[in-house]
Amino acid sequence: MDFFWLSVAGLCTIAVLSFLYNDNPLYKAAEHFFVGIAAGYVVCTEYYNVFRPNLWDPLTRNGDLWLLIPLALGLALFSRFSQSWGWISRWPLSVIIGTYAGLAVIGFASGDLVLQVQASLIPVFEPAKVTELTRDPGVLTFLDVLTNPLFTLGLISVLFYFFFSIEHKGSLKHIAVSGTTLLMIGFGAGYGYTVMTRIALLFDRFYFIFVEWLKVA
Amino acid sequence: MAMTTMQRLDKLDRRWVFLAMAVAVAAPLFFKLGLAPKTTPPVQAFYDYIERLPAGSKVLCSFDYDPGSKAELNPMCVSVLRHLLAKGHRPVVITLWSTAPAMVESNTNEICRDEFGKQYGTDYVYLGLKEGREAVMVAMGKSIRSTFPHDFYGTPVDKLPLMEGVENYSSFECLINVSAGYPGTKEYVQYVTTRFDIPLLSGSSAVSVPEYSAYYQSGQIKGLLTGITGAAEYETLIQAPGLATTSMDGQTMGHFVIIAFIVFGNVVFFMSRRRKGRG
Repeated sequence: MDFFWLSVAGLCTIAVLSFLYNDNPLYKAAEHFFVGIAAGYVVCTEYYNVFRPNLWDPLTRNGDLWLLIPLALGLALFSRFSQSWGWISRWPLSVIIGTYAGLAVIGFASGDLVLQVQASLIPVFEPAKVTELTRDPGVLTFLDVLTNPLFTLGLISVLFYFFFSIEHKGSLKHIAVSGTTLLMIGFGAGYGYTVMTRIALLFDRFYFIFVEWLKVA
Repeated sequence: MAMTTMQRLDKLDRRWVFLAMAVAVAAPLFFKLGLAPKTTPPVQAFYDYIERLPAGSKVLCSFDYDPGSKAELNPMCVSVLRHLLAKGHRPVVITLWSTAPAMVESNTNEICRDEFGKQYGTDYVYLGLKEGREAVMVAMGKSIRSTFPHDFYGTPVDKLPLMEGVENYSSFECLINVSAGYPGTKEYVQYVTTRFDIPLLSGSSAVSVPEYSAYYQSGQIKGLLTGITGAAEYETLIQAPGLATTSMDGQTMGHFVIIAFIVFGNVVFFMSRRRKGRG
């Protein structure tokens, strides 16, 4: 039985990968198979993990009548299907947006803005790193000394690139171009990481096919 | 009119690129290269932090990923549990992703019960899924018991010895989050670490690394496992090589093929442009 289900998964993997050769009925079948299963899975998961334990069970077993409010708000979302009553759905949406906006502002201010700005205000030269360089001269210790100056210059030039109140010309243009260059390097590194993720996924599929399913490797 | 070699190369069918990539990534399964990654500072910091925890520490593990990111994050999840148990710590496992519960349960029981012979409820606990994302993170800061009144199997948390005395984040030595995106490390940093003062260790898919590196540099994250390479480094550190270590050969070969095709594409492009200029 295990081999049967492994084979189903293996054949689905091959069907999906077959799209790389060309669009074909096998791929279409696997795509529809996946969409159907995913939709069914999400409905079941939400029902058993969200609706039942958070709303239905406390309401019916414990008589927690306060939960009638979220129930009403939840049902009101379905009014969007009606043209004449659709406006009611704005009420629960306003609650959702208001709650998450409040949470996001607090989170962003305390987690991102303040602490990231604080962490960016570093000394340009750290005497300890210079001491380390004189004690143990080498490429790594030399680069370590350069870390803070490069970080500070990078921060200033990238911030300047987004400062549009002054025209970027003359010597200021060089600062903005440096900022753009650093941004491009950052995007390149980000893209490299994305490629790494995709290769990891591909390797995992091959591992599944050749090692776990066919057991030939 | 017959096409020249350069014209053929200029119009090379992209399926040859796919085939080359497939062969390069799959070949190491049959011919192992045994490439071992060097440990990077964020991974070392992750490892050291767990090493320094007092034995028997309660650690909250939030494993938030889906089958699509299983390739990268499952090895991390497994290694984190192995490391915690090897050091005698007691993990309390949760998930905030609705697509994760079955995978996380399987990992938790396989490692804790089957591999280490630990007792459920005493040495480890799996509280399962709670929907609500940031709201759940904040709610756990007030009361984990009311946020997760039952474990994954429906047992009230009051009947689990490990949960005795557990109220909120302050009951744990640290929080470990292995996440594929939202909700995950970014949200834990924004809503939990500063507000509830709990150290956070993170394992993330490589896509998220540029964003999370800033949190590591600022000290908001105490250690960071960076994608599959981070997982492989961590496996090496805990001396338990697994799928991440195996996949490093495929990664390396895949990167070689990409670099080769980038060089090849540029050479063909510039040569054909020069030919057109002459023509």
